[in-house]
Amino acid sequence: MDEVKITVRDFDFYYGTNKVLHAISLDIPKNRVTALIGPSGCGKSTFLRSINRMNDIIPGIRVDGKILVDDVDVYGSGIDVVSLRRRVGMVFQKSNPFPKSIYENVAYGLRINGLRDKRKLDEAVSRSLDRAALLDEVKDRLNASALALSGGQQQRLCIARALAVDPDVLLMDEPASALDPIATQKIEELVFDLKKNYTIVIVTHNMQQAARVSDRTAFFMLGKLVEYDDTRTIFMNPSVKLTEDYITGRFG
Amino acid sequence: MRKFKSNLIVALCGASVLLALVPLAMILFYVISRGFSALNWAFFTQTPKPVGEAGGGMGNAIVGTLILIVIAGVIAIPVGVLSGVHLAEFKGTRFSSMVRFAADVLNGVPSIVIGIFAYAIIVLPLKRFSAIAGGFALAIIVIPVVARTTEELLRLVPGGLKEAALALGATRAKAMFSVILPAALPGILTGILVALARVAGETAPLLFTAFNNRFFSTNVTQPIGSLTVQVFTYALSPYDDWIRQAWAGALVLVTMILILSIIARVATRRLERMARG
Ligand SMILES: Nc1ncnc2c1ncn2[C@@H]1O[C@H](COP(=O)(O)OP(=O)(O)OP(=O)(O)O)[C@@H](O)[C@H]1O
Ligand SMILES: [Mg+2]
Repeated sequence: MDEVKITVRDFDFYYGTNKVLHAISLDIPKNRVTALIGPSGCGKSTFLRSINRMNDIIPGIRVDGKILVDDVDVYGSGIDVVSLRRRVGMVFQKSNPFPKSIYENVAYGLRINGLRDKRKLDEAVSRSLDRAALLDEVKDRLNASALALSGGQQQRLCIARALAVDPDVLLMDEPASALDPIATQKIEELVFDLKKNYTIVIVTHNMQQAARVSDRTAFFMLGKLVEYDDTRTIFMNPSVKLTEDYITGRFG
Repeated sequence: MRKFKSNLIVALCGASVLLALVPLAMILFYVISRGFSALNWAFFTQTPKPVGEAGGGMGNAIVGTLILIVIAGVIAIPVGVLSGVHLAEFKGTRFSSMVRFAADVLNGVPSIVIGIFAYAIIVLPLKRFSAIAGGFALAIIVIPVVARTTEELLRLVPGGLKEAALALGATRAKAMFSVILPAALPGILTGILVALARVAGETAPLLFTAFNNRFFSTNVTQPIGSLTVQVFTYALSPYDDWIRQAWAGALVLVTMILILSIIARVATRRLERMARG
């Protein structure tokens, strides 16, 4: 068994009085890609956003149970949410570059961390763009606006921006759902490369994508974790009938 | 029949536009034709002559109006923008809905009432009229406009930007001041300049705050002249030369406001283009 990076135990999540996650328990391995699949509204995004506490900005939420990252409870007292989010980066479904230059987008996380050294910033920016497989396309226009990039480039810029602060975990919520097949393929290759250095949790509606990029797959339905296993097992030989029905497209 | 109705509506709309444009054209025509002839170098550089004497100018009043706008801006921009930030960031709270309501009420208060207020809290205690009191009165008019504009524009900034900043480890305040506010800045700037241009044309709140001053003054604790008050005084006088100068003053005022509006447009476009690249 691989080393565990994130441990989830009996995790419940409520929007007000509406309970949308029920006693989720699973172990997410280090330096692997874990895919979250399931029908719309089953709580995949809610679960993902619970790991870096992005749900905190929504009023009236409540959680129960535990999520441990490196054995530290992210909902424990005394946890610093800001430093948690630096260790657990996130890429959103809709790419959301800042209306600033490409360079400033990538440098943002480091700047707010207090990094001023121009040389170090330059280095980090080109390293991050390189890791996100974007450097070659933008290296001679780093000062151009990020909004002038194509959709696929914008999404890779957002990945570069998240990588720049050097997180251990990368949470991706349908990062390729708004992209064409070629841009999607680029993101998938990227995810595959990145798992050498990062623990990745990715939400996707695309079964082939889950099968291609992930090592482990968790199938959610109606706020419950139905099945969690090696991706090959989930797709070839699931132990729950519901999983098989979903994967073969009999519903959802 | 339907065709006729449609044509009628189009005609009515056209007529309304014309009705709205005619006074504007007439105002501009009058101000320019009457004002231009009284404009000369002395008008910009000299101060008013004693009663009855011809000549002189409104140099002091032009400078005075500029000083009043600067004072109003220095007070109203930070207060208004920060209030707007607060309104946008804490939108659900009871306090913010009270502040929002107060701002909207204040926005509807006649400017002369605001003048009386500034008179009571600044002129009376200091026992004299001053540029500070005038600028303060104008600032009170500008603050609610800037606060509400800022709030509205901050709300138009996509929520994804805030999430992105927070996900990178920004605090709420950092996300606001490093990402959200800059994204809304071009629009906010326009709002500020338009509001300042509007109060540049205020007379009533200056009458018993900044009062008037026949001499050049840059001392903000002293009474100060302004174009509007000077025009008001001259226009009501029985002297032909003063009435001529009142038109010239009106022309200069309209031109100043026009320039401010143009700056607002150009600066906004620049900033937007910079953001887009
Ligand atoms: N901000 C919110 N306030 C209240 N309820 C919410 C909120 N966001 C999501 N929900 C509810 O929580 C449940 C889970 O939503 P979630 O967005 O996590 O689903 P999802 O699996 O990501 O769906 P999709 O595949 O469509 O993105 C849904 O029933 C949804 O209506
Ligand atoms: Mg979702």
